Formats: sequence, C-alpha cells, structure tokens
Amino acid sequence: MSYKDINFSKEELARYNRHIIIPEFGIEAQKKLKAAKVLMVGCGGLGSPALLYLAAAGIGEIGIMDFDVVDDSNLHRQVLFGREDVGVPKVEAAKRRLASLNPHINIKTYNLQLTSKNALEIIKNYDAVADGTDNFPTRYLVNDACVLLGKPNIYASVFQFEGQVSVFNFTNRNGELGPNYRDLYPTPPPPGLVPNCAEGGVLGVLPGIIGSLQACETIKVITGVGEPLSGRLFTFDALSFESRTFNIKRRPNNALNGASPSITALIDYEQFCGVKISSLPIKEITATEFYNLQISGEKFQLIDVREADEYEKVNIEGELMPLAAITANAEKIRKDIKVVIHCKMGGRSAKAIRELEEKYGFTNLYNLKGGIFAFIDDVQPQLNKY
Amino acid sequence: MPTIIIPTPLRKFTNNIAKLQVNGGTIEESLQLLSTDFPEIKKHLFDDQGQIRTFVNIFVGDDDIRDLQNEKTILQNESFVSIVPAIAGGIIF
Repeated sequence: MSYKDINFSKEELARYNRHIIIPEFGIEAQKKLKAAKVLMVGCGGLGSPALLYLAAAGIGEIGIMDFDVVDDSNLHRQVLFGREDVGVPKVEAAKRRLASLNPHINIKTYNLQLTSKNALEIIKNYDAVADGTDNFPTRYLVNDACVLLGKPNIYASVFQFEGQVSVFNFTNRNGELGPNYRDLYPTPPPPGLVPNCAEGGVLGVLPGIIGSLQACETIKVITGVGEPLSGRLFTFDALSFESRTFNIKRRPNNALNGASPSITALIDYEQFCGVKISSLPIKEITATEFYNLQISGEKFQLIDVREADEYEKVNIEGELMPLAAITANAEKIRKDIKVVIHCKMGGRSAKAIRELEEKYGFTNLYNLKGGIFAFIDDVQPQLNKY
Repeated sequence: MPTIIIPTPLRKFTNNIAKLQVNGGTIEESLQLLSTDFPEIKKHLFDDQGQIRTFVNIFVGDDDIRDLQNEKTILQNESFVSIVPAIAGGIIF
C-alpha cells in the first residue's frame, strides 16, 4: 500500500497533531510513518528508548526481536520495563508497554535470536532495521542482511560513557548509496582484545540518549525529512559532554559491496568474530569441587583471568593473568599439577583455556564453572559480587 | 602540538587521561610516541605487523585517515586526532 492511501482516524489525527502541524513534517510524513514497518533488533538499553519513541511517533508496524527475559539488573537503563516484568520475555513485556502507549500501531514480536538462518526471511518484511544489539557477531549479521536485502540499517552502540550513531546502507535523494558497517570496521576485534570484555558496564542514561537519537534517525529515514546520518558517524562522550561527527565513506575493499564483493550470502558470524565454541568440551570443576580440592592438600594452581580492577573488588587469591595477556603469561602456568582458571562467570576463563590448549597443548586446565560468582554463591557468600 | 583523544575503552592504558598532546608530525609518529609513553595501549592500536588494527578508526578532525594519507597523514599543531574503536555494548561475562 502506498503511504498516500493511508488514512487516519479522528483519534490518530488528534494524537499526532503536534507532528502534523510542523511545516517540514506534516500529514505526509505522518502517513509515511503509519505505512512503515521497522524491525528493532535488541530490546535492551538502546531498544527501550528507541521503541518508545518509534511507537509514540506512530510507526505502523514495529517488529521487536530479543530472546532474553527481563532481569532486575536491566532496570537501571531498560526503562521500557518495570518490576512486574522481571522474569518475563522482553518482547512480551515490550509489546504490552508499547500497546498501552499507542494502541493504533501493530506490534510483532520475535522471541528468538537473529541468526544467519532466519535473518533474511525476517528482515525482508521490513522497510528499515534499527540495530540495538550488544555483540559484534550480530552487528555484522544485521549489517550484512540489510545490505543484501537493500534495507537501511540505523546503527547505535554504547560502551560505558560513549555512544555511536550512524545510518548504514541508506540511499539518498540522489540515488547514492551510503557506507555500511563493514566500510567503517572491515573486521571485528578478536575476543579478549577489546577491553569491553572485562569492564563492560554502561551508564544507564547513556543508551537512553543514544537510543533516542537512533529513533530520531529512523523517523528521518522513513519520512525523508531532514538529513540522516548516512556517511557520518556521530560519537558522544557523556563524561566530557563532547560530541564529534566524523565523515565516513564507502570503501572499495568492502567484502560485501565494494569493488569486488567476496561475500554474497550470510556467513558464520561467530566464527568471523572468533567466538566460535569448539566442539571439544573443556574440563570443568564446580565451586564445591574446587573448595574440596583446596582443603584436600593436593597441589594446584589458581589463575584469575579478569582485569586488575575486578580483582581489586573481590578475589579468591588466584594469580592474576588478564585474558588479553594469557598467552604472554603461558610459561607461568604449570603443566604438572591441576590448574583451575576462573573469571567472573565462566565465559572468559573458557576462552583462555581454549586458547592455551590450542596453542600450547595444555591438558591439565579446569574451568571454574560459573566463575567467582558461583564460588561466592556456593562457598564464600560473605564475599561481595559486583 | 597535535591533540590525541583517547576513547573510553582505552583510557585505562593512559592513566585515564582522555586528551593528550603528542609531538608527532604524522599519524604514525604520534601513535608511536603514544605507544612509547603508554606501552599497554600498543597492542590495542597495532597488530603484530605494526599495522593499525582494522577495528580501530583514526580521524584527523572529521576525516578518516584512510581518506587522507593513512599513517603518513601530516599533523598540524591544532590537529585533533580521534581514535574510535568498534564498540558493541557492555554485557560480557
């Protein structure tokens, strides 16, 4: 249906009145919003404000994709949800909240993970995608699917106090196609190298700001009003309150749509980003089993692959060897006794073990299942998690 | 002297300093000086072959050095160099 055939009820006209009376916006832009279908991938820190404003603006159909459930620790930033939603799938809670905000729109939920198997099938039904995900494999997946399908990808990303926004794969009024994520970052950081892994965290209000900008750019893409951030990367540092907008361009060596594309289909993104889980299981030791080992008198070595500031917050006296430097410290790791490796919750230590086994042939490494958090829960509850 | 803006993820390697004046005439010189003063930042900026990592973008003013002269881009006293790494959110365990 062309947006020109869109009609509004009396209630809708009253609701969107403040949009309609803006000269540069008007009923025509509002019709475009109602005719539009936008998919939000990720319903967390960025998705919360973005979805609120997209729903409020009257986007006719909003798809929400997330496979997570609401946790209390989300509520410092994911303002779409409330206490009553804890334990509920995010897409369900989001739909309830958004339907209450705007009963005139359609909301479709996808309580699943976006993968190479389903991405093209799902995204092809939408006019634009807003990427609010929290990991590199999915960012590249969203990017590639949008480029292959010819859909604009409104990108936003946050880390601690910094945010980024851009509009990828957008064709402007002159028919020129703008850059996409692979023009900006041809390859992802290898896991363990980007400090994200250790420090994580984000100032709660930051995705509120950046996600709202993401909604704004989505509205501009859909309505054609203003100049979207295509060919530009907006960055914001909340601490210094400085923002810079950089010029970005399409690159001839873009493997997806550069001069000689080598990627013509969706790939294995976890492998691309180096987070593929090997099929060989790594040896694990539970917190209780480790405690028993400690009191048994048997010799062992305990290694902590977290960062120094995490160690300062709480530790169980392991030898500190941050993940990014694990191979540099390999000669300090014993091969003749049991070596237990831990991190916060078991993810980074598993990666460390995988790397050490593959590069140095270690056969005596044990992953502390659930990390120091499990140890605190099961053995030393007097210690504080963080 | 040119100013280098250090992004949040890398500030822990520069004693949490966000802006540094580095006396390099080119991008290459400035980043090498930065790596000399703060050795821990080096592997996050350069790979084993000494090339700038592809998940880190460097801008002089508002322009990507890939659109200028890459690491040979000449810096003026008033140049602002921004290091902008890929970020994807903060939930990693």
